[in-house]
Amino acid sequence: MKTKRIALVGNPNSGKTTLFNAITGSNQHVGNWPGVTVEKKEGTFTYKGKEYDVVDLPGIYSLGAFSEDEVVAMDYILTDDADVIIDVIDASNIERNLYLTTQLLEMGKNVVIALNMVDEAEKRQIAFDLEAMSSALGVPVVATVASRNNGTDAIIQEAVKAIDKKVSYTNPLTYSENVNHHMQHMVELFAGKNMPYSPEWAAIKVVEGDKHIISVIEASIDDEAVVNGIKEFHKFHSSENFELEIVDSRYAFAHRIAEKTVKRPEVEVVTLSDKIDKILINKYLGIPIFALIMLAVFQLTFAIGQDLLGGYAAALVEWLGSLLENFLVWVHSPDWLVSFMIDGVVNGVGAVVEFVPLITVMYLLLSLLEDSGYMARAAYVWDNLMRAFGMQGKAFISMIIGFGCTVPAIMSTRTMDNKKDRMVTLLITPFMSCGAKLPIYSVFIAAFFSSHGGLVLFGLYAFGILIGLLMAKLFNKTLFKGESSYFIMELPPYRFPAAKSVLRTMWLHVGDFIKRAGTIIFLVITIMWLLAVLPGSAAPYSQQSYLGRLGTLLVPIFRPAGFGTWQESVALFAGIPAKEAVVGTLGMLYAGEYMEEGVLLVNAIQQHFTSLTALAYMVMVLLYTPCAATLSAVAKETKSAKWTVAMALYTFFIGWIMAVLVFQIGSLFGFA
Amino acid sequence: MSENLTNLRPGEKGRVYAIDAGKYATKRLYEIGFNTSAHVTVIKNDAGPVIVSINGNKVALGRGLAGKVVLAKDL
Repeated sequence: MKTKRIALVGNPNSGKTTLFNAITGSNQHVGNWPGVTVEKKEGTFTYKGKEYDVVDLPGIYSLGAFSEDEVVAMDYILTDDADVIIDVIDASNIERNLYLTTQLLEMGKNVVIALNMVDEAEKRQIAFDLEAMSSALGVPVVATVASRNNGTDAIIQEAVKAIDKKVSYTNPLTYSENVNHHMQHMVELFAGKNMPYSPEWAAIKVVEGDKHIISVIEASIDDEAVVNGIKEFHKFHSSENFELEIVDSRYAFAHRIAEKTVKRPEVEVVTLSDKIDKILINKYLGIPIFALIMLAVFQLTFAIGQDLLGGYAAALVEWLGSLLENFLVWVHSPDWLVSFMIDGVVNGVGAVVEFVPLITVMYLLLSLLEDSGYMARAAYVWDNLMRAFGMQGKAFISMIIGFGCTVPAIMSTRTMDNKKDRMVTLLITPFMSCGAKLPIYSVFIAAFFSSHGGLVLFGLYAFGILIGLLMAKLFNKTLFKGESSYFIMELPPYRFPAAKSVLRTMWLHVGDFIKRAGTIIFLVITIMWLLAVLPGSAAPYSQQSYLGRLGTLLVPIFRPAGFGTWQESVALFAGIPAKEAVVGTLGMLYAGEYMEEGVLLVNAIQQHFTSLTALAYMVMVLLYTPCAATLSAVAKETKSAKWTVAMALYTFFIGWIMAVLVFQIGSLFGFA
Repeated sequence: MSENLTNLRPGEKGRVYAIDAGKYATKRLYEIGFNTSAHVTVIKNDAGPVIVSINGNKVALGRGLAGKVVLAKDL
């Protein structure tokens, strides 16, 4: 027998993924802004010895989908794959959340309601009569606080009960007489026809004028009379706004339910959120505060991740390295193995692993930001400025996600319903510096700018934003003309970040970083090592090695930017599969070159670079071709090889120009 | 008295009377709570998007779009 399926449906930011994690024990990314989940996620749980599938869907406000994430959710609901739907409702926002519920009820879906985040509603002195709500809607209602695992068992129990009962509901809504009349007419038109939907529901959607559903109906019914009937209807009634009438009927229903079952305070409680917002999104202070928050993130990242903890990690890697070396010598391993293990693995991969504390701190801080509710505010305060560059505030959320990793940032553009907005945002997210580039900056900062680490880092990130905005402007003037989409954004209440969820998000990233060190970075370093010690006739790590020859070919490209040795060129090349490999490759090559004990990567960099060329190199790393994972995300999202190649090339070009400008202008002013 | 949303000061209230935006934007506004006669309180209206409260929940609307939402102002 087929495993029964439960789907989680609800408004954006109503806590579906939190409930999903609570039910299935998964570790999916959650955050406090609308649009965290952009794809379908699946999991399972066992109840009374039986296994069930659970599907988490992106949030939707209604069944008329606009953006790609919403289409995923809507298609899933329409194709009727789930045995029961858990409709997750934000308890503080009953009417609007019930608007979606009414549409599920119109379809006759098997629904149970999770009235979620009741704790927050209670803080605002909102009280509920669950029994009355359940009987008014005709479906079970369970109060939950998914973040604290309250009510999870109860909602599972109700969902399983609903699966077994297999009740079919009748639509509880009443529409205006006018709408009713036309719906009746449509039902008659559809009678006896083979359709993927019930005639009653199809009639609602046709009268409402839902283009998507109408096209599905027309495609599935091969009947002139029906197709003409629908056309005639819309032609004849083009001046009437049935859509609005139906929308109002749904809200009227939701409103009646809320009136009967929800008690609100006479005077709205002024929450802490309101007070915080008075400052954080102030007309003048909004952007400076954003800058201060980011500066604090980078300063703390450096102070804790590097200065406080960085030394331990480096010492640990060094200690393990010397243990390994002694062991290898003791068992008389061949020279090539010692070289590979020490130069390649310890100095290469190890150079990356050393930065685990650094990126851990940064991801911890970024996930605090994600959970706090500030993301939507950042979008708000940036909307005006973004407009000056032809974009809208929502794009800024994707840009901040890019500070962590470009791949989810690119995926997050799915929430934009305007194709132009989406493409432009997607094209500029690689300029938002990601966590994998942090180790690279970190060694260069340690070598030349150690007293201003956080500030230099902040400057690099800010420069990335600036270049991104300028490129967006250029794209808007050339390839993607036209208006940017309207800005609509819910501002969720601030929440004190829950430790569990913050640590989970942090671990998702850090775990990924460690996994990458052991897989793709290891692979890239191995290949680089092989190329550096072959052919046997050449001295290892010399310019005569294959890698040396490849690097020498690349040198002329980078000479105008000031970093004209083959090692530095080859390291940039190694960074295209994965950015961490830049540090890994430099670590391996310098260790091999110096052939002596205790030469740290930082010291080697001090000998090979000046502070100016180090800056030019960091700018290059900041902007040039994104990693393979990003390019494959671009290919997936744009479904275009042309755009993927264009992305790889144009970012390289921009990075190169900027690095050259930094070096040339800096030289002109006498910096070295 | 009907006014578009950008003309209301913080603290002023009204009910949605009409929406004069394009088809998609209008639908978005409906589904996020701007149905006919929904109670709207303006929270913030200065340089950036207008922030309103609907049933205590904050929604920010870009100024262009806010200008297309017509309210019957509560006096």
